[in-house]
Amino acid sequence: MSDAAHNDWAPRTTPRRTQWFLKPSALPGFGITFGFAVTYLSLIVLIPLAVLVARASELGLDGIWQVATTPRVLAALQVSFFISVAAALVNALFGTIVAWVLVHYEFPGKRLLDAAVDLPFALPTAVAGIALAALYATNGWIGALFAPWDIKIAFTPLGILVALIFIGLPFVVRTVQPVLQDLDREVEEASATLGATRTQTVVRVVLPALTPALLTGVALAFARAVGEYGSVIFIAGNMPFVSEIAPLLIVTKLEEFDYAGAAAIATVMLGISFVTLLAINALQAFSRRRFGHA
Amino acid sequence: MRNGVLSESPAVRRTLIALAVGFLALFLVLPLLAVFSEALRRGFDLFIAAFAEPDTQAAIWLTLLVAAIAVPLNLLFGISAAWAVAKFEFPGKSLLVTLIDLPFSVSPVVSGLVFVLLFGAKGLLGPLVDDWDFKIIFAVPGIVLATIFVTFPFIAREVIPLMQEQGTAEEEAALTLGASGLRTFLTVTLPNVRWALLYGVLLCNARAMGEFGAVSVVSGHIRGLTNTMPLHVEILYNEYNFVAAFAVASLLAGLALVTLVAKSFLEGRYGDQLSRAHRH
Repeated sequence: MSDAAHNDWAPRTTPRRTQWFLKPSALPGFGITFGFAVTYLSLIVLIPLAVLVARASELGLDGIWQVATTPRVLAALQVSFFISVAAALVNALFGTIVAWVLVHYEFPGKRLLDAAVDLPFALPTAVAGIALAALYATNGWIGALFAPWDIKIAFTPLGILVALIFIGLPFVVRTVQPVLQDLDREVEEASATLGATRTQTVVRVVLPALTPALLTGVALAFARAVGEYGSVIFIAGNMPFVSEIAPLLIVTKLEEFDYAGAAAIATVMLGISFVTLLAINALQAFSRRRFGHA
Repeated sequence: MRNGVLSESPAVRRTLIALAVGFLALFLVLPLLAVFSEALRRGFDLFIAAFAEPDTQAAIWLTLLVAAIAVPLNLLFGISAAWAVAKFEFPGKSLLVTLIDLPFSVSPVVSGLVFVLLFGAKGLLGPLVDDWDFKIIFAVPGIVLATIFVTFPFIAREVIPLMQEQGTAEEEAALTLGASGLRTFLTVTLPNVRWALLYGVLLCNARAMGEFGAVSVVSGHIRGLTNTMPLHVEILYNEYNFVAAFAVASLLAGLALVTLVAKSFLEGRYGDQLSRAHRH
């Protein structure tokens, strides 16, 4: 069909002047849907976040640095950062085991367990927080087991760790699981026929292929944990310099009407999540190039 | 093949299963059981009595109201964004898709903070809002805004990849057969993505009703007025009214369970009509 004939019957829904932006299409409705989506995105997300950055920039980089390095703020940022890393590492280990078991083995109750992995996504954080606090307090079902050894979990940094493990688990399982499922069985067979033991195959063939997905899951769990508030504050004890997390300090600053201080801490946290996000994107790009899946 | 070359030995197998089940029981199942056990600790009557409190009922109604505003708005956005992104080619498209996910990487507390900085007493638009005698922060509009912000990506990220996979051929066929744009959308596009939309709505609604951090920052915690259910749980808990706190919490946990059941039903029954990430 010649171009001229094509143009005769194709509905002309796109005015010529927008063609530098939009490729010609037979479908209508670009203007209204694109316009609404961009306006709504700007009003709800982009402008409010820009105001936050503008507010913090009134302090200048020096000012933000000064707020961030006040002993109490620095301590809270360190608590948030290091316990989030620890929780992500615990989830890296157990999340991989859970994903492995769900993909490779059959056992009664497996489907139920698979569905339960998403619980932290669905359960409101405040509910998780009070439930974990009740469980891990010295008179709780689990806390009581540790009490004889004088180990306190709730209302100490260990409590924060428990809450952040809870919140991060599904991120690791749900990124590792599909990759494990798609992994070519033939590669494992080839490894076996070449004389490798099962342990060698898992360590040298399966785990390397899994690494990008695992790192992505760990980064996602970390990003979520750094900003987590609801599930943590009930179990943390919230002692300044010991078990006070950065998001709680933002709330404290707000209650003192120290808007600039709150914005400064928030900007530092945005910076942390931005760097994590960049790392995740780089990992996924690498994974796509190397293994053909994200 | 049980020779241990292509699978683990039974002992390793059993250990791994035990580790996985034990870990999930410890971190997921026990907390859930604890909610219901604590709620019923002093008997069923006190559990029921918790819901007779006017403040609790106000919290339930406010939560329903907020979700009833936030979810449809984000649904409308999700559909619009998906139509624009999936059916057309324009520069900056991948940037747009990335920006939609932005609220997921922002701490809930920061999500609330941005609206305080905008509309609070000392905020950018605070004086303007004051002039109109209209309260946003420490009032319902602020709670709605913060909830929309944190639930923003849920529906869009389910529909966009699916519509992209489906392409434009079916819509073009409908148009050449003489259907109007709206009719094409309603009779061709919408049926193709309905389960993905429902999936997104489920997740969006669960988060909207359960959001704590962002809402806590903008709400002001006024009992009976600006308390949503999760905030009410916090107040009751801090007053050592544990039975009532866990009773309200059990309602939210019930919502989470219903969401999970519906979600795995959709994945099992209509998995092929969801975005690829949820196909098993």
